[in-house]
Amino acid sequence: MIESLELNTKSKDEDYNILNLGPTHPATHGVFQNILKMDGEIIHDATSTIGYIHRAFEKIAEHRPFYQITPLTDRLNYCSSPINNMGWHMTVEKLLGVETPKRVDYMRVIIMELARIADHLVCNAVIGVDTGALTGFTYMFQWREKIYDIYEQVCGARLTTNIGRIGGLERDFTPECIRLIREFLNDFPKYFDEFAGLLERNRIFMDRIINVGPISAERALNYGFTGPNLRAAGVDYDVRVMNPYSSYQDFDFTIPLGTQGDTYDRFMVRQYEIRESLKIITQALENLPEGKFFADVPDFFLPPKQEVYNNMEALIFHFKIIMGEATVPVGEVYHSVEGGNGELGFYMVSDGGRAPYRLHFRRPCFIAYQAYPEMIKGSMLSDAILTMSSMNIIAGELDA
Amino acid sequence: MVNIDNEYILTEITNQFGDKVYRSYEPYGLLTIEFDKNNIKDLLSFLYNHQELQMQFLTDVCGTHYPDVKGKEIGVIYHIHSLINNVRLRVKCYMPIENPSIDSATFLFSSANWQERETFDFYGVNFVGHPNLKRILNADEMDYFPMRKEYPLEDGTRTDKDDSYFGR
Repeated sequence: MIESLELNTKSKDEDYNILNLGPTHPATHGVFQNILKMDGEIIHDATSTIGYIHRAFEKIAEHRPFYQITPLTDRLNYCSSPINNMGWHMTVEKLLGVETPKRVDYMRVIIMELARIADHLVCNAVIGVDTGALTGFTYMFQWREKIYDIYEQVCGARLTTNIGRIGGLERDFTPECIRLIREFLNDFPKYFDEFAGLLERNRIFMDRIINVGPISAERALNYGFTGPNLRAAGVDYDVRVMNPYSSYQDFDFTIPLGTQGDTYDRFMVRQYEIRESLKIITQALENLPEGKFFADVPDFFLPPKQEVYNNMEALIFHFKIIMGEATVPVGEVYHSVEGGNGELGFYMVSDGGRAPYRLHFRRPCFIAYQAYPEMIKGSMLSDAILTMSSMNIIAGELDA
Repeated sequence: MVNIDNEYILTEITNQFGDKVYRSYEPYGLLTIEFDKNNIKDLLSFLYNHQELQMQFLTDVCGTHYPDVKGKEIGVIYHIHSLINNVRLRVKCYMPIENPSIDSATFLFSSANWQERETFDFYGVNFVGHPNLKRILNADEMDYFPMRKEYPLEDGTRTDKDDSYFGR
């Protein structure tokens, strides 16, 4: 990479072309602007401009009761909203010191792993699109829709799910929901293998993406990479294993690793993670414990409507929750979950008030994306597009 | 092999820096220290190069604002993680709001670059030694730091909304 840079180094600045890639370029999936300094088709230098869809979530969160922050987290990484929702619920539960029943943990794991599959499917299918293979994309989107059908059964929403509550889930899995999950587990692997057959060992595809946008493990760590991007570079850091939350320690799964940190490795790590996620969902569904689907936190978990209308106590709690008058302990807490593309952390400072005093989202995209100029320097323009889609940068999470 | 726990980390840091550690506590099991802002560079490189600790992963940098604590209004909070030992550390540095400035961590962590720009953007912290300290999420021509507590969420001159019932 460095050699090619030197070969193409020109002496004067006017010998370069400046190219504005974005903010609304159809090849970059989302609002990204990169100002590229081009030498022919080779990228000599790049500057990223971000913030086009900044919505000041951290400021808004300082003015909202805890349960109203869940919809904000939906809009971070909107390809895997349920993981963000669960991460936020668990942060508040950690602050409150709530112990959730095993059933809640397992149900959450099922939903989070479904979300991970949906997230990775979109990313990998889009890598296919960017190399000119549209077939896999249309094929896999059908299965993303099936995952959204399951969300719909669980919570009624599809994309920005606002799934679950502080303390548990809003309702138990319905028989129809269980049926849909089983159907998905049964049918999906066959189609996924076909998708994998299209791309994984496809000579043309491999030649196209191997050695595109590589990053070494050392640089990746220094840049704060997490998730599949870091694991593709060969570092086995996964929050699910390192700091298990929501009973992840009960499940048997492996962490796929790459070696080169290039686009192909990122693609393959995601492919194998999808298979591991399927394994986790199967185990969780087989061993789904009996019991309640919510913890005993009447200050935060809404009582059933039937009781609100007929029971004085439930009515009081309903009002307290809706008006955000529940008391919370003073303290600060950091909790992180393995999001679709890395460690999604929530740092919350609570002063005992109705809203967090300070809430900071550690967004994996935001931190990883600053390595992008370094990764594309010296490569072709078309490779830069591929590098971005393989890093799975989601604009909503990038800009918060 | 020594047992790396919060107690060990704290001892190592106090042995090295002594009274530069103003305060230490463990909210929810995560060792938190308040540290002298003038020596943050030394602390970060000490933790990075320490034989046993190897705290080489900067998880997060963010700011806070406490308008009532005079002389220590603005805070910068680092979350550092040792991936080898799987221990985390939270370091807090406070500084006066008149001239909030602290040394940049970019000399050690490339990931600090944008996170410090974000903190500058929201809280106006001047990171000395940062290669490109300018706004990142907000518009360049903005002339205030919006996450500071004195700025309301919405335009304060609006009269059509009464949020007092909701405690805002």
